[in-house]
Amino acid sequence: MTKGPRDKRMSIDDVVGELQDGMTIGIGGWGPRRKPMALVRAILRSELKDLTIVSWGGADVGLLARAGKIRKLVYAFVSLDSVPLEPSFQKARQEGTIPELVELDEGMFQTGLRAAAQRLPFLPMRAGLGSDVLVNQPWIKTVTSPYAGPDGQSGEELVAVPALHLDVALVHLNRADQHGNATYLGPDPYFDDLFAMAADRCYLSVEQVVDTAGLTVDTPVQRLLLSRMMVSGVVETPNGAHFTTCTPDYERDERFQRTYAAAASGSDDDWAAFRARFLEGDEAAYQAAVRSFAEEAK
Amino acid sequence: MSDDVTRADVCAAAIADAFKDDGEIFGSPMGLLPMLGVRLAKLTSNPDLVISDGESLFLAGVPPLFAKADVVEGWIPFRKVFDVVAYGKRHVMMGATQVDRHGNQNISAIGDWAQPKRQLLGSRGAPGNTVNNRTSYWVPKHSTRVFVERVDIVSGVGPKLAKETGPAAARYNDIHRIVSNLGVFDVKGPDDSIRLLSVHPGVTVDQVREATGFELDVPTDVPTTREPTTEELILIREVLDPKGLRFKEVPQEEAP
Repeated sequence: MTKGPRDKRMSIDDVVGELQDGMTIGIGGWGPRRKPMALVRAILRSELKDLTIVSWGGADVGLLARAGKIRKLVYAFVSLDSVPLEPSFQKARQEGTIPELVELDEGMFQTGLRAAAQRLPFLPMRAGLGSDVLVNQPWIKTVTSPYAGPDGQSGEELVAVPALHLDVALVHLNRADQHGNATYLGPDPYFDDLFAMAADRCYLSVEQVVDTAGLTVDTPVQRLLLSRMMVSGVVETPNGAHFTTCTPDYERDERFQRTYAAAASGSDDDWAAFRARFLEGDEAAYQAAVRSFAEEAK
Repeated sequence: MSDDVTRADVCAAAIADAFKDDGEIFGSPMGLLPMLGVRLAKLTSNPDLVISDGESLFLAGVPPLFAKADVVEGWIPFRKVFDVVAYGKRHVMMGATQVDRHGNQNISAIGDWAQPKRQLLGSRGAPGNTVNNRTSYWVPKHSTRVFVERVDIVSGVGPKLAKETGPAAARYNDIHRIVSNLGVFDVKGPDDSIRLLSVHPGVTVDQVREATGFELDVPTDVPTTREPTTEELILIREVLDPKGLRFKEVPQEEAP
């Protein structure tokens, strides 16, 4: 019998079972776009604590902060786009409930992931020089170039962007096969391949698991962003990026996002009601609550 | 000023002027009026400008604000935006919650960074933008809360601070224009400070001074910002922003 690559399908709870207190977890996507929200919601329900979260942040960061899961946050921004300031993150920052913070320029963030993906301690960059990113993170050092630049000037002092090494990356794409080869079908890959390569292990949630041939049947091969060698586990979570975008499967649920933002910036009772309605059950309960929420608007 | 020219129209043309001499680079607006101004520049003074849909596509045509479905001429996902920032062929116009005498900008937080009074977006791309490519700022509500002596947190780096930091920071630092609802500014005053270039029609120099929380460099002769041409007014009103979204940022009643 011919042996093929192994089947990496698992459940949401299996993924959370692989995580431990104190881990450094990178969350893919970008702001309110294609976030592995089903996996984030499962972390909210878990006993996990003291996490270091590395994210170009959206509601993933807001929800985890609100649930008190974050010991250290590495971010360049946290935003919901149509709601520019993420209310749960704002509250956490203003009340000082996240013990440790690392605020980077958003390009430095990519460079840090790239350094980790290349197993380098740092990569040089111009971004950060002169800004308070280096004042508020005094442990981020500069490095003097040993070479002259193209204009002959030598010894430029550049930022040594530290590698953002991850224990685990969580990412959400449109389709994967059971082995972890995966495609994005929307306009932007974001940085999910970098997250995967910066991490010891990457868990991938997708809208749909298809057979390998199905991955390229109706979309160009260039959309194959993740190779199975970068992926430890695959979970099928339809609507699993809700309420963020997962183009073309669905766009952001703006009505839901407004409701989330209103509850998060409202009273403790407002938040408790939102939590009770949407966040206390499992993923199936969440999706059922979202369907009934959508029905109300009709 | 002609009766029907609004302050928002003047701002759009002033923003367009900030991009007119840029040549064939990526004009990258953050926010509504900057998007309107950049598209106006592409339709008038600088047809070589490269523009995007604000997401991941370079657009060959110039659609109205927030319209989709135009001819696509390129792909600019976030990872390639960072490449273009470092490549340098980009002019970004960002917002600024605070901007100070020396053209430093803050969009990160108000108060102490460790535990801010008000958390804003975070630094976003401001540190990288300001040491790599041409950067301008748009301020829809000019006030002493925005134009402050010293920003609480430096997200975007002004020319004085860039020079103090060293040649690697200063080499490509290029803070080009600050356009507000009251006037147009650059950072070429004494000691790399903010200088008033023009006041919008109906605005006095004193009004600008009063709304600014530091001593502004004011030349002896301050011209009035030009009014949009008839062609520009038609483009703004009938092509780019027929729904009048610009008035959400600069209300109509502000016109004199």
